[in-house]
Amino acid sequence: MAAITLGSIARPETASSPASGVPGPPLKDVIEIRGLSLFYGAKQALFDIDVVCKEKRVMAFIGPSGCGKSTLLRCLNRMNDLIDGVRIQGSIKVAGQELNSPDVDVVDVRKRFGMVFQKSNPFPKSVFENVVYGLRIQGIKDKRRLHEAAERSLRLAALWDEVKDRLNDSALGLSGGQMQRLCIARAIAVEPEILLMDEPCSALDPIATSKIEELIFALKEKFTIVIVTHNMQQAARVSDETAFFMLGKLIEVDRTDRMFTKPKEKLTEDYITGRFG
Amino acid sequence: MKPILKRLHRYYFIQGEPMIWLTGAGLSLSLLMIMGLIVLVVWRGAGAFWQEDLVLLKTKDEKPVLAEILNREPMPAAEGKPSAGFRIRTKIANRDLNGLDFRWIDEPTIVSRERPKDAVILERQEYGNFHGFLKELVRDGQPLASPAGGSALAELRKLHAEIRPAILKLKAREREEVGAINAELEKERLRVKTAERERPARLAEITAGSERRTAELKVRYEALRESLEKERGLLSATKAVFADAAGQTKEIPVDEIVRIVLPNDLSLPGKLGLYFSRLGEFVFDEPRESNTEGGIFPAIFGTVTMVLMMSIVGVPLGVLTALYLREYAVQGRVVRIVRIAVNNLAGVPSIVFGIFGLGFFVYGIGSSIDKLFFPAALPSPTFGTGGILWCALTLALLTIPVVVVASEEALAAVPRGMREASLAIGATKWQTTYRVVLPAAAPGILTGLILAMARGTGEVAPLMIVGVVKLAPTLPVDSSWPFLHLERKIMHLGFHIYDVGFQSPNIEAALPMVYMTTVLLMLVIVALNLSAILIRNHLRRKLSASVF
Ligand SMILES: Nc1ncnc2c1ncn2[C@@H]1O[C@H](COP(=O)(O)OP(=O)(O)OP(=O)(O)O)[C@@H](O)[C@H]1O
Ligand SMILES: [Mg+2]
Repeated sequence: MAAITLGSIARPETASSPASGVPGPPLKDVIEIRGLSLFYGAKQALFDIDVVCKEKRVMAFIGPSGCGKSTLLRCLNRMNDLIDGVRIQGSIKVAGQELNSPDVDVVDVRKRFGMVFQKSNPFPKSVFENVVYGLRIQGIKDKRRLHEAAERSLRLAALWDEVKDRLNDSALGLSGGQMQRLCIARAIAVEPEILLMDEPCSALDPIATSKIEELIFALKEKFTIVIVTHNMQQAARVSDETAFFMLGKLIEVDRTDRMFTKPKEKLTEDYITGRFG
Repeated sequence: MKPILKRLHRYYFIQGEPMIWLTGAGLSLSLLMIMGLIVLVVWRGAGAFWQEDLVLLKTKDEKPVLAEILNREPMPAAEGKPSAGFRIRTKIANRDLNGLDFRWIDEPTIVSRERPKDAVILERQEYGNFHGFLKELVRDGQPLASPAGGSALAELRKLHAEIRPAILKLKAREREEVGAINAELEKERLRVKTAERERPARLAEITAGSERRTAELKVRYEALRESLEKERGLLSATKAVFADAAGQTKEIPVDEIVRIVLPNDLSLPGKLGLYFSRLGEFVFDEPRESNTEGGIFPAIFGTVTMVLMMSIVGVPLGVLTALYLREYAVQGRVVRIVRIAVNNLAGVPSIVFGIFGLGFFVYGIGSSIDKLFFPAALPSPTFGTGGILWCALTLALLTIPVVVVASEEALAAVPRGMREASLAIGATKWQTTYRVVLPAAAPGILTGLILAMARGTGEVAPLMIVGVVKLAPTLPVDSSWPFLHLERKIMHLGFHIYDVGFQSPNIEAALPMVYMTTVLLMLVIVALNLSAILIRNHLRRKLSASVF
């Protein structure tokens, strides 16, 4: 019953969206996860995960708290390297290249990804310096280019109007939601191939949320996006495919419209209809 | 019974009311002790420049004296008898006539006390103050006629206003020009010595040239000395004849008089003016009379320069250490041991650092520098003896644990999310460290700097053996190349306190100076810290939220 209501939520149809049924050229696999298991020390957090994310499409990870969504997301740009005692088995390929092979430079890998974290984490610098941080790291010094990039990213992140007069103030003086949008602007300023978003809208009001969703639609014209969300409507609205996890195991992955109307698994149906967790 | 216990338990341990009082009492006690110390020092020091009246004391059995009365106490009583009255401690000055500056006088023996308006205190270049009455002025043994209508005193003041600045200028010139000739002579000497070792073939030629030049310089020196001598003779020809309370006269050259004061003729504003003029002299002038008179400017200057040098060396080193320990080293047993060792270093007695500095810096590195770069000057050492550089390095070593601990804590307090954000964007670890982590930790690191400076400024013991001296002839910074003279010895406020307070021949006269020096040392520490705190607050404001 409820699944039908959810499925009937209006989704903006974009021409390239395969969900719309229009057949496009075959899409490449950008991220290919095969048989991935992850251990925090002795504790296993992910069990034998298989997920494929296609080029220019949005993948949503959903599931109850603590099921391993963030962990999986952090595997994709090797942020788990920073945690002591993490052990990974299985394979992750990004654009056909094995991510965890020893000849891969982790800094290069991370440059291809943009990441928005679950907890907003602006730098103790000015708003402007926050946004252009990635560009400065790439060695760009041209003032005009930096300014253009900053303005474009801030507009996309729906923050420009609020901060255009205080670009030189500390970013730590922004509100919680503004900080989160600033982090989004910072992540997209470098125009990464793949954007990883861990609950980007959890601190945002409905207006800002819809702006971010618009951003996602705009960005997927060019980029691949992986988004973690607790908001079923949001997952239904923005994503092309959805993966549902529980207790570190992948329960089901499918096209979003199918998943929200005719889930194969009982667990999935219980979760997205809110009968559970 | 039981309910009462319950209520007490509730009152003491659950609501915790008495605990609040306890914490408050602890705070007040600490504040009280600190305030007590400061008030005592300031109080005793503040009186140092205040001019008391001069009292002409006539006693039953001794010569009359002109004296400042300092304090009054019961006479020490003989065994089993009540005290026979009070006695007063007086400053009678005229050390050259009396042999001592201070004297106890029993009150019952005093016949009369007067405050003659024309009693004069002279502050002199040597021998301390003189108390007496002006008799006449003489030049070359001939009495100078007072100008019509003017008193001898007004004439003395006028002459003093001309002669004193002239003699000061003359002395400065002497120091500068004689110093320049001496430096050239030394250069010639070194040239010959260098030639002896490096170019024995041309030794004869060089020696001849050098001897010619030396002779020239010696002639110039003689001429200069003569002209200086002559000018000095002119200036010191004018003398003032003073008589002490007993009528004994004394000729005092006007150029040796620092200040002329008629305390009994001074109004309150006059006394205040005198007070501040003396305070200014104290802060900005050089010491006289083996440090017990005059100012302490060289000590202030030496202390501040040395502490700044210490910070420039010590803070970067400490921060680098902390960075490695916190950011790069694998956190394990070794790092833990290193950390404990660094912390324990903070507890090593400072004199041990001094001895290490003497052995390692002065005798080790200093002697090697001398052998490599200043071989001609040997055996007299250049860097192989105490100096401001070795003082700064020794103190840097002493304060590094403070900087390391504070910096490590500041680095640890930088949230993990910030580092992850930077790394996720493709920054390397080092880029993350210096673009994000260090700026975020800067206020905490500055706290370390503040603590280190406070510790370093107050330290005396190790400095006594690595380059701080009682009296340094020159400042470590001056106008001759290379401007900052790292090998020079310096004066230091902390050592000055020890030296004047415990090593001076005239401790009673010096005591107020000791208190004032202490006040100044505290002010220097406050000033240094305040500037660091201002920088830190500025950083904090720039970094952190104004509103949330
Ligand atoms: N650094 C870590 N060390 C040990 N265990 C961890 C660590 N980070 C996460 N875990 C564990 O791994 C599991 C998955 O955590 P993860 O953060 O991926 O959950 P999540 O799905 O993102 O949850 P949420 O929706 O609440 O963000 C949890 O049981 C968590 O306790
Ligand atoms: Mg999470």
